[in-house]
Amino acid sequence: MSAVREALLVLADGEVFEGEAVGHFPESGFASGEVVFNTVLSGYQEVITDPSYAGQIITFTYPHIGNYGVNRTDDEATRPFCRGVIVRELSRVSSNWRAEMGLDAQLKAWGVPGIAGIDTRRLTRHIRDAGAMPGAFGTADESVLRAAAAAEKGTDGVDLVREVTTARPYTVGDGPRRVVAYDFGIKTTILRHLSRIATVTVVPGTATADEVLALSPHGVFLSNGPGDPQTCSYAVQEIRALMNHRMPIFGICLGQQLLASAAGASTFKMPFGHHGGNHPVKDLRTGRVMITSQNHNFCVDHATLDVAADVTHLNLNDGTLEGLAYKDLPMFSVQHHPEAGPGPHESAELFNEFSDLLTRVHGKQG
Amino acid sequence: MPKRTDIHTILVIGSGPIVIGQACEFDYSGTQACRILKEEGYRVVLVNSNPPTIMTDPTFADRTYVEPLDHDIVAAIIERERPDALLPTLGGQTALNLGMALHHSGTLEKFGVEMIGARPLAIETAENRERFKEAMQEIGLAVPHSGFAHDLQEAVDVAASIGYPIIIRPSYILGGLGTGIAHTEEELRTLAVTGLDASPIHEILVEQSIAGWKEYELEVMRDHADNCVIVCSIENVDPMGVHTGDSITVAPAQTLTDVEYQTMRDATFAVMRRIGVETGGSNVQFAINPADGEMVVIEMNPRVSRSSALASKATGFPIAKIAARLAVGYTLDEIENDITKSTPACFEPSIDYVVTKIPRWAFEKLPGAKPILGTRMQSVGEVMAIGRTFTESLQKAMRSLEQGRFGLNCDPIETSYVSISDADLLEQCGVGAPERLFLVGEALRRGFSIEQVHDFSKIDPWFLDQMLMIVEERAVLAEIGFAGMARRSWRRAKRLGFSDAQLGYLWGVTEAEVRSARLAAGVRATFKTVDTCAAEFDANTPYHYSTYEDTDEVRPSDRKKVAILGSGPNRIGQGIEFDYCCVHASYALRAAGYETIMINCNPETVSTDYDTSDRLYFEPLTFEDVMNVIEAEQPMAVIVSLGGQTPLKLAGQLAAAGVPIAGTSPTSIDEAEDRDLWNELCNSLDIAQPPGGTATDIEGALTIAAKHGFPVLVRPSYVLGGRAMQIVQDEDDLRRAMAELAADGSLGREGGLSADRPVLVDRFLSDAIEVDVDAIRDATGDAVIGGIMEHVEMAGVHSGDSACAIPPQSLSAITLRTLEDITFRIAERLDVRGLINVQFAVKDGEVFVLEANPRASRTVPFVAKATGVPLAMVASRVMLGATLAELRTEGLLRPPVNTGHVSVKEAVLPFNRFPDVDPVLSPEMRSTGEVMGIDSTFGVAYAKSQLAASSRVPLEGTVFMSLADRDKLSAVPAAKSFTKAGLKLAATSGTAAFLRAHGVTVDIEVAKLTEVLSGEATGVTALDLIRGNGVQFMINTPREGRRDSTDGAEIRRAATIAKVPVVTTVAAAVAAGMGVEELTRGGVRKAFAVKSLQEHLGMTTHTGN
Ligand SMILES: Nc1ncnc2c1ncn2[C@@H]1O[C@H](COP(=O)(O)OP(=O)(O)O)[C@@H](O)[C@H]1O
Ligand SMILES: Nc1ncnc2c1ncn2[C@@H]1O[C@H](COP(=O)(O)OP(=O)(O)O)[C@@H](O)[C@H]1O
Ligand SMILES: [Mg+2]
Ligand SMILES: [Mg+2]
Repeated sequence: MSAVREALLVLADGEVFEGEAVGHFPESGFASGEVVFNTVLSGYQEVITDPSYAGQIITFTYPHIGNYGVNRTDDEATRPFCRGVIVRELSRVSSNWRAEMGLDAQLKAWGVPGIAGIDTRRLTRHIRDAGAMPGAFGTADESVLRAAAAAEKGTDGVDLVREVTTARPYTVGDGPRRVVAYDFGIKTTILRHLSRIATVTVVPGTATADEVLALSPHGVFLSNGPGDPQTCSYAVQEIRALMNHRMPIFGICLGQQLLASAAGASTFKMPFGHHGGNHPVKDLRTGRVMITSQNHNFCVDHATLDVAADVTHLNLNDGTLEGLAYKDLPMFSVQHHPEAGPGPHESAELFNEFSDLLTRVHGKQG
Repeated sequence: MPKRTDIHTILVIGSGPIVIGQACEFDYSGTQACRILKEEGYRVVLVNSNPPTIMTDPTFADRTYVEPLDHDIVAAIIERERPDALLPTLGGQTALNLGMALHHSGTLEKFGVEMIGARPLAIETAENRERFKEAMQEIGLAVPHSGFAHDLQEAVDVAASIGYPIIIRPSYILGGLGTGIAHTEEELRTLAVTGLDASPIHEILVEQSIAGWKEYELEVMRDHADNCVIVCSIENVDPMGVHTGDSITVAPAQTLTDVEYQTMRDATFAVMRRIGVETGGSNVQFAINPADGEMVVIEMNPRVSRSSALASKATGFPIAKIAARLAVGYTLDEIENDITKSTPACFEPSIDYVVTKIPRWAFEKLPGAKPILGTRMQSVGEVMAIGRTFTESLQKAMRSLEQGRFGLNCDPIETSYVSISDADLLEQCGVGAPERLFLVGEALRRGFSIEQVHDFSKIDPWFLDQMLMIVEERAVLAEIGFAGMARRSWRRAKRLGFSDAQLGYLWGVTEAEVRSARLAAGVRATFKTVDTCAAEFDANTPYHYSTYEDTDEVRPSDRKKVAILGSGPNRIGQGIEFDYCCVHASYALRAAGYETIMINCNPETVSTDYDTSDRLYFEPLTFEDVMNVIEAEQPMAVIVSLGGQTPLKLAGQLAAAGVPIAGTSPTSIDEAEDRDLWNELCNSLDIAQPPGGTATDIEGALTIAAKHGFPVLVRPSYVLGGRAMQIVQDEDDLRRAMAELAADGSLGREGGLSADRPVLVDRFLSDAIEVDVDAIRDATGDAVIGGIMEHVEMAGVHSGDSACAIPPQSLSAITLRTLEDITFRIAERLDVRGLINVQFAVKDGEVFVLEANPRASRTVPFVAKATGVPLAMVASRVMLGATLAELRTEGLLRPPVNTGHVSVKEAVLPFNRFPDVDPVLSPEMRSTGEVMGIDSTFGVAYAKSQLAASSRVPLEGTVFMSLADRDKLSAVPAAKSFTKAGLKLAATSGTAAFLRAHGVTVDIEVAKLTEVLSGEATGVTALDLIRGNGVQFMINTPREGRRDSTDGAEIRRAATIAKVPVVTTVAAAVAAGMGVEELTRGGVRKAFAVKSLQEHLGMTTHTGN
């Protein structure tokens, strides 16, 4: 047995939690970021590697994490962008035929710090009541952690997209259509779905409308991504230009927020966001309810849209907006994650809707 | 869509008596369903034959039929009540089968009854294994390859086409008879022969064996708008090959990647849609090859099940309640999540703790049955525990079992493993058995690696590593020592689930010392909430579990609070009856303005529904765990006398710790339990008892027997359900019995024999009528008799295994008065505040007291159903100080109702699961459940009770009789009743001669089995008759004690296997004869008339619908 390295987690409001250091041990003795929680029971690898968690420390509410190890196939990006993970219990063994490495070793290899042994339920309830907030954890002294937590800015007003987006364009898939995908922090699973329907050119989040139009796509996809949509005004501007070209557009998560922003809407920060795999979302067009994967802290304020759009999806838990279809423009978006990874598959149908949209606009053979 | 308005009356079928595989989880689901349907404004008609259920309380349905779950009976109820719909998916397999029978017979169509919940076609596709497999292949899901074989060659051919290993499962067998796994053709040949022989129709299922694969279950719900959700995933610790009902299971699944989990989830929805379960809950079982992730579907249950009850308790998602709403037309998104009160039920619970279920078996009560687990379920109950981690929940579950275990070993019982060799130990880790996990713990402690233990056990390495953590921590704790423990070490140990008792054992100090040192270090239990959403939303669910974390979520109120201790896992001798009493107490006390707190660990029950009490603590019923709750809640009183022996055993310890015990004082409880004190009490009151004494060794026992004469009854003190009780005929027999009790058997385990735990040796009263009396006394000394039950079987058959009737049928008025008088005097002397049960034997008019229990007895619910007096409710109020006079004024205590009905309770025995066990009744209780028959005469009520117990009295065909000499004369009236009804009689030579001499015609005289086998005689044997369908009812009384012929046992077993009702006492035969006579009087076969409880109890008269 390796010796336990006692560690603390300190939140910006002064709450302290006892635990032990796991994963990567940063030289500074601490890691800091905005502390959020995720309620998935399985899929910790996908969550940790999801670029949308840039700047955040992920608390897993499920106590046993790492049970089935990690494998290369389930990564959502080439590396994680989160600042750390908080768990109740990190598994010592990896028990699954797909496992290639243990989670603890993988965290070390990725350079992601972790803290285990935390009363994650106390932490979750605290965040739920007080809102997502900055925090710091590690083996450093409590005073150091306190200072680090206080110094941490969190994600409001911080442009995290630049941290995670691809530096250069690249192409994946060989589907019949041409789609340009804005990478604001795009997940591999999304690309897997898109490449079924199109040859996808992934471009940096800073790509201009002209650059995109130069690729003469049949449609544009706006990806998920971390943080506050209001910090991505550069993208909003280009999206507005594409909109004016009546470009067929599909947005997911941050993609929905940016698209709506381009259409004049404002967004707001939710108290602790939605992070999990069990949120009921009703498709108002069919009346069917889908259990969805969710990961966002910001949300579109429907009332502020300048362009006519129908609400297509609603979150049944808190009534927040989950999907929009624009009335006179070939564009739609959802807030949840139809690609899953991790999470339920039932809304994957939305990718086919994108394909159908492309057909409607461009005819059968484009 | 809102609820349907085109249906008004809904018929709900319950699941009947508690049997292995179908326990009180269906009372939990049925109670929820009935409540919801009534709440929605439907008229609910319920049929269930099981009296100690909450659902059959007359308030839960508009019409409650406590009638046998038999096609014709239910058809009669349908004709009488004209329901618009039938809901068959909440009463287990019994209700489903009955629903299908009513469909096939055209009854539903004839009366225009619509089946809701699941349609017949869906049920058929799910239930028929062939059809199910085809359906699965159709939607691209793999199933284990299989085929049927009717002879050896066919078996070999099928096996060759599938490939080895092969599992053989004979068709229509009992227990695991003839089941086995073959790795080679040679092994297959041997197994196939046994298997074919075991199957009454000479058919075996030859199937690809996937024993050792990982086994999973998903609980799914669907509404008619096709919304589907998974409520819970369950992973079995015991891999494939051990029935899920006999497996240790864990929620949620622990070792599946999300990719695999989602594949399984998708498959579950696909199964649901293909089978066509339109609304409600179902359960789909999967197996996964750990080597490559290959997934196959094992089966689906198109109804709520044992697992769905577990899933409900594990997640807080009330499956049955919601299933009932879906069945009447709601969609999931229209139903509110009970727990958050702000989000809809259309979601998938996320949990932030681990749930472990461990079954409890009764092999010690079933000599002959091997304690080896297989593809047939054998457990009689289960416990569930919640912890933040698997280690914590596993150890909590282990101590919840109440089998003397303190956790995963680290307790006195582990010393019995020392003598097992390494090789044997590993071997035993490879066999599914009740003790397997403890042996795995031992193997890990001996230093065997996870790989080695996995190779033998096939238990997933993750679970093994978790257990290894416990084993390693134990070594660390031993090293630190009691004196060296600091806060962090205490916290670590407690977070791994170690109990104070384990630690005390480890360090050689008392549990009390551990507790006070730990509390001094500031490490105390915290309580968290089960909220369906992993704390994402605020929830005020009153459903908690203890764990060792930073903060507490429970904010105890300052209202006056009462804690009720439940009865723990169902076991033979202590089952649903006690849960019923606890639930009633909770209802009554809540109604009277108290806040009630339930503590229990049995997931099958109504008591552990978070709706039942103001707060539910899902905790083991040990001193430590109970004290944690009491310290947190500070109740004004704790009720220990309604949950059977489990809470009662804690009474002394709790009282010593200053806990206020409600009702009768622990001293009085002890006075009734302690043999010497009890004898003194009886002597001073001049009450006759069977003479006897207590002994701690053979010599002592022999002295007592010599003084009072044989036969004697021998039993350990402080046990319930006649554990290990024997009737002993002579000295040799007595020596053997004493040796057995002292040995390291299951009883030795619990402490062996000592001055504290002596053996009671009493003169056995033969041919005495046994009587049970339930009464309530209040603090002012006022007392009422609840009910007097005359047993059908004579004393010597455990009261829990014998039939009984209210009102008594043969006792004289003088005897009845004596019984009442003695009961009142004992109650007075013990200063009883609440219930007391006294058991009597009446021999030739003389009354002897067998025992008195100043607590709720098994018969309380039956009495309440028979008389309409809610004894448990009244008792719980009395325990908190109300007087009977006050309760009369309030209207809670009413005089018993008698509208001219006779109520008969009959026990239901598990012999059909254990073909190697002799199905003969004895003073050791073995029934798992009970049924009730009500009618205007004893004969018909008894016949109904038999039908309800699947032991139909014969109205045609042949009755076989073979009687011990002492029984022959008293059996003549029974024989005459049968012949009068036109039945044929078959008998063994001695019995035949005797009956003929008494003027009874015997049609067939059968030869003795042993004589035919030894060539001494020729002719038809009883076995020939049974196998040729030539016997419809069997009366076979064993000779005294253990001297019974092997012939008798053989015949009884054969009859059980052939599903021929067997009666092993003359009293039961005579009662059956009375029933037969009445049902055939005047040469016409009378059909049973049906009548609701509400009518019997004068709450209403039937007006039709
Ligand atoms: N092909 C098989 N190979 C090995 N074990 C099996 C196989 N099929 C079933 N089992 C085991 O038998 C148990 C009971 O089988 P199941 O089909 O679920 O019947 P039941 O209706 O009694 O639940 C399962 O839980 C599983 O452990
Ligand atoms: N002295 C006796 N003579 C005849 N039968 C007895 C005698 N004592 C007990 N029995 C039988 O044994 C059964 C179990 O005994 P009891 O004292 O009631 O044990 P338990 O506490 O398990 O209920 C009784 O129901 C009765 O049938
Ligand atoms: Mg099964
Ligand atoms: Mg008794």
